Amino acid sequence: MSRFFVLTLIGLTQGAIYAAMALALVMIWRATKVINFAQGAMAMFTTYLALFAIDHGAPYWVAFAFALLSGFLLGAVIERVIVRPVESAPPLNVVILTLGLLLFLEALAPMAFGGQIKSFPPAFSIVGLHVGNSQIAFSPFDAFTLGAVLAVMVLLLLLFQKTNLGLRMRASAFNPEVSGLLGIRVGRMLTLGWALASLVGALAGVLIAPSLLLYPTFMDDVLVFGFTGAVIGGLDSAVGAVVGGLLMGFALSYVGGYFGSDLETVGALVILVAVLMVRPRGLFAVQRLRQV
Amino acid sequence: MVAVRSRVDRLVSPTLSRHLLIALAAAVVLLLLSAQIGAYDDYNLTAVAIFAVAAAGLTLLTGLNGQLSLGHGALMAIGAYTASLLLKDHRQFPVIVVLLISVLSSGVIGIVFGYAAARLRGPYLAGATLTLAVALPQVATRYKSIFGGDTGLIVPPTAPPDWLGADFPAERWLAWIAVAAALVTMVLLANLLRNAPGRAFKAVRDNEAAAALAGIDVARTQVLAFVISAACAGLAGALFAYWSGITSPAGFSLSLSLQLITAIVIGGLGSLAGAVWGSVVLVYVPLLTSGMASTLKLPSSVADNLPLAIYGGILVIAMLVAPHGIQGALGRILAIGRARWGHTPGGGQKGVVDWDDPAPGT
Repeated sequence: MSRFFVLTLIGLTQGAIYAAMALALVMIWRATKVINFAQGAMAMFTTYLALFAIDHGAPYWVAFAFALLSGFLLGAVIERVIVRPVESAPPLNVVILTLGLLLFLEALAPMAFGGQIKSFPPAFSIVGLHVGNSQIAFSPFDAFTLGAVLAVMVLLLLLFQKTNLGLRMRASAFNPEVSGLLGIRVGRMLTLGWALASLVGALAGVLIAPSLLLYPTFMDDVLVFGFTGAVIGGLDSAVGAVVGGLLMGFALSYVGGYFGSDLETVGALVILVAVLMVRPRGLFAVQRLRQV
Repeated sequence: MVAVRSRVDRLVSPTLSRHLLIALAAAVVLLLLSAQIGAYDDYNLTAVAIFAVAAAGLTLLTGLNGQLSLGHGALMAIGAYTASLLLKDHRQFPVIVVLLISVLSSGVIGIVFGYAAARLRGPYLAGATLTLAVALPQVATRYKSIFGGDTGLIVPPTAPPDWLGADFPAERWLAWIAVAAALVTMVLLANLLRNAPGRAFKAVRDNEAAAALAGIDVARTQVLAFVISAACAGLAGALFAYWSGITSPAGFSLSLSLQLITAIVIGGLGSLAGAVWGSVVLVYVPLLTSGMASTLKLPSSVADNLPLAIYGGILVIAMLVAPHGIQGALGRILAIGRARWGHTPGGGQKGVVDWDDPAPGT
């Protein structure tokens, strides 16, 4: 029982990270119908930037804000400069473009910041909390991770549901042409969508870095599991991304805990295939008529 | 008698004989070439041929049938592990037998994956195959007693036959095998694509509903494409096992799968020639750039990563300036050339047309 409890806590924290990554992917998918395979590499790069700031004497929170801000800007620049020109290209070309970006960033980071594995400081203690007499596998930093991801999700929800800007962004993603006719600057909305998504990705990077250590490919697995979570949830659903990401967190934790960590990815594959065989467009897909 | 004639005519159609001729010409050129180059270049030529086999299979699946697979490295791993396990117990098995069994086993497993894949579309299939690429090598890590764990399985090299002489280099022998396998694959695939299955693949890719209305069994066509593609990947994987001499999970990482998909898009999506171009890029661009980086005397953190940065940069730039890949760019250059000189049948040589060459008679 206690083992199950421990694994559940680990799964919850990991799942929050995957949910953030899945949400970032879904936001970009909904805005521009692109799977951004460079999402993890972008988050890796902004985490390196945060560490660079810390190494040069910046306090943790300044570096934290710096990572999010640089994520925001990086997303905007990438959308505007290299994704916009291929907007009407075949989908596979855009996939290759983001893969190229992934390789480029993963090679650029060690050139700029050095190739050795680095540790990244957490905001709070990573020692498990005490409940009564026993220590549990849930640290103040885990609580912060959960809280930060939750806060970002609530803020995004408010933005998309309650503000005029969010409405314009949703309209642009839903139907760019009609939105343009209604006077919405569709291009700007798409850039903003990418920027916000990579801010969420950057958050995931800073939150996971203390436990994974920092090296150029450290976000690859997070990207794969985030993507798997997004696919499980259904790529068109933000709620689905969060649920799918959390599911991945729990599943990987249980499989790793009960069957051995080298079967984690096999477990992920089994769950993904099981879900997709029943619901080929993910759990939260809106069933559509087949387009002819 | 007439019936037999027409059947023979159908078997040896003009297209088939053209494909055979091209393959024969390529075989002769590569045979002569392999005798000129050293062991190192034979080794690279083998790599190109191996990637060409896998990329051709992926071209059929992704380029011509519209199923995006980001997990072809995993299918290569199935072929490689089949070959390695066979050779572990039966060292004396001839290459051809090992290759055929590998093709068979990956094809059979391809049926299972193909049925699952036929239900999925676009990014959902991409997600499933991506996870497959990450998960499958873990199985090898987990079951050490069978697959050798992270250290992998040693693959004994295939010795050149005696009639080639005692000092015939093993690298050249393997290059011959790989090139022969690539050419056979190309001819078979080219022939398939020119006939009913190829038309069915494209019809399903372009419009599933219309294809179904035209009497094509969409799901069956997709499974067939997946199986053929998996068989090609299995062949490439078995050759890869011989080539690298060791079969381990690290050899079939996610980056192998991603390299294959980049190869077919860089080469020109949907054409077998594009798959070959892509394989050349895949093997030679990193060699060129790492050679460049080492001559520039840069600090090691830069020199080690420069090739990858350049490769990534090339992918991005290629998608921006040449969205149809090398084959598409060549086609465009040829079309411009034809428009300038007027189309002269038999006169236009297929190959590189000099961009700045003034038109004759000006």
